[in-house]
Amino acid sequence: MRTRLQKWSLLVGATAVLALPMAGWAQLTPADFEKRIGTESHIGNITGHAKDGKADYRRYCVGCHGDNGDGNGENAFYMQPPVFQQPRDFQLGIFKCRSTPTGTLPTDEDLFDAITRGFDRSNMPQWNTFTKQQRADLVAWVKHFSPRWVSEKPGAPITIPPEPEITADRIKAGRDVFARVQCWKCHGVLGQANGPSAATLQDDLGRPIAAFNFTEGSRPKCGDTDRDIYRIFMTGLDGTPMPSFADNIKPDEAWDLVFYLRTLMRPNSKEKEMAKQLGLKPVDPNAPAGQQ
Amino acid sequence: MLNYFGQKFKDNGYQLMNDRDAPIWQNPGYWPVTFRITPIWHRVSTGEVAVDTYAGGVATGTAVQRVTSSGFDLSGLDFHTGGTLEKNFSFYVLPSSDATASFHFETVMARLDNLFGSPWLNIKLGKFELDNLLSEKRILTLTGNGGIYQLYHFIPVGDGNIFGQMGDNQLGAEVMGHSADDRTRYSAAILSSNDGNVGLQYGNGYTGFFTFSQAFDTGRLGVDRIGGYAMVGEAPTYYLTQGGTPLGGSGLSNQSFSREGFFGQFYFGQHFDLQVVTQHGSDNAWFGQGFGDLIGGTVPNNNVTGTTLPTGAQAPSWNGVLFEPHYVYSPQLIFIGRFETIRMSQQANGAGCTIATPTPTGQCFDSATGAFDAVASPSNLGNITTYTIGYRYNPFMTSRAGFAWHNEYNWMHQDGVSPTGGNLNTSELLIGFDFDF
Repeated sequence: MRTRLQKWSLLVGATAVLALPMAGWAQLTPADFEKRIGTESHIGNITGHAKDGKADYRRYCVGCHGDNGDGNGENAFYMQPPVFQQPRDFQLGIFKCRSTPTGTLPTDEDLFDAITRGFDRSNMPQWNTFTKQQRADLVAWVKHFSPRWVSEKPGAPITIPPEPEITADRIKAGRDVFARVQCWKCHGVLGQANGPSAATLQDDLGRPIAAFNFTEGSRPKCGDTDRDIYRIFMTGLDGTPMPSFADNIKPDEAWDLVFYLRTLMRPNSKEKEMAKQLGLKPVDPNAPAGQQ
Repeated sequence: MLNYFGQKFKDNGYQLMNDRDAPIWQNPGYWPVTFRITPIWHRVSTGEVAVDTYAGGVATGTAVQRVTSSGFDLSGLDFHTGGTLEKNFSFYVLPSSDATASFHFETVMARLDNLFGSPWLNIKLGKFELDNLLSEKRILTLTGNGGIYQLYHFIPVGDGNIFGQMGDNQLGAEVMGHSADDRTRYSAAILSSNDGNVGLQYGNGYTGFFTFSQAFDTGRLGVDRIGGYAMVGEAPTYYLTQGGTPLGGSGLSNQSFSREGFFGQFYFGQHFDLQVVTQHGSDNAWFGQGFGDLIGGTVPNNNVTGTTLPTGAQAPSWNGVLFEPHYVYSPQLIFIGRFETIRMSQQANGAGCTIATPTPTGQCFDSATGAFDAVASPSNLGNITTYTIGYRYNPFMTSRAGFAWHNEYNWMHQDGVSPTGGNLNTSELLIGFDFDF
């Protein structure tokens, strides 16, 4: 458990990390990027080179992310929040889907996976049609837009304990976590993204943003395995109102929450079936704390 | 040619597969329509054209000479509209005109994708482009002979089979499937043997078109793909007549034809790629003797009761290959080349079909006399060789409109098809603005 001092240090550090690139954002020019054209990425035994990612970026990515990687491509205008998220601003160096703690840079693999997987419910498609080398080159190209990669190292990936066996008790416990950390305030008691706070959500740039609706869509944003969902609680989605719960939820509880969330998702799952047999009721926000 | 992302987008039914593909998620200002037309200047030169000769204002006979013409001109107009009707339901409608604004439906189809939640099962119905990896509908060249793939339209000299033109959009239904990353693809289509002409004008013949391909991650080279295709069908050679006039839709006596080959799409880094298509084609001997498209009037012969094939008639067959390299300097500037050749491996009129004076076209059947002239065709009759080079420069690139400065030169040679039985050479230089909006 972290001490209060450690928490404050982390908060101040994270704020500084986020504020610095934002302050310099407006001043970044192609000349700044050119200085970082030697940026590399390392995906397994593949080394990506920023200069080699330029052509593919210009051909496939620039329409949304823009020439300068600032998310102001010509198509950005047509992606109006909260239905669609604006294209990512690579200059900020802030990314939602990471394996690293909140406030830190993602690993190269995180960016590689994001390019490969795409983002459901956004206009970022899956780029698994590219070769691995092309994707590694694009990762390096994406990194070269932000000075954060010059001054910082990526965070260390969080440790995810082995997935325990799914039990009825765990699903029930997951429901309690869902109530305790107030997931329902944004995501709604049925996971339909209609909680009391949902309409007020904004991202770090002040743009409206929708909470994740667990009941629609074919896959979660940052991957569809249980480990991917677990990772989201513990790392948060930087740049969005979804915080990291690493300090509030124990690893075991996080797995319980994963199992409970599976009961809200659309595809028929073992968890959903078990919840049905349990007669599990949705969280009651009007009940006294601890009895929701 | 589609790049690998474009191919996947098409294979997914024009969807990004992001659960936001249904029209209700689109910006209300979005209307999926584009018009494409190309004002051009071109110079066309055709060798050995038969012309009348005169002396003192009186016709004295005919001669052959080269005819060259040049000037400003227009292409036809394509009016593309397509998109999703709902998640996994999409459509494509393409009214297309010639340069005089005479319209027809080039494409009209609806498709259902990801049936049973599987990318391996998608179907479409209507008039559509066959699943040619090297697409003629997205061809980068515009000249008369260079703006099509000769391999996709080849018909031996005197042959009456128009139904095997795999470059023409066809009427039918197609099942296709692909892996999640689109590396593996297959398609199988059942088509009416009518070359895409509406109105059940021909008969009850059907054609199958099948493709399979596999792509490979070749590291820095890119995603390279190889595959094969086969088009196997039958089409009528006999039509019922009324007062001697053939009745549309009454086609009988179906005969067979086939086209099969391999294709490859090879990337060599970020700037250079090479497309290759091979073909072995074969038509039944009846087609080779000028039976087939009696309705469209491309051939005069009707396989009425009692008609027999002449001595020496045999199934024409051929082999062909095309190479199309591209150098993509940047997405805005692309250099194009193409070499295409088709060689007859067996003529319709074989060795047993000989007379002293062959007809210029090499046909055995003489429609003027109703008799069969026995003619052994030269082995190279109808062989084609063609080169095309050009470049396209797009001064700007947006997703809302397109504009290209297009320069192209095509040269084509065909053996034995001039009016004198000599070789025919044609060339075309084309300069124009190719734009859509």
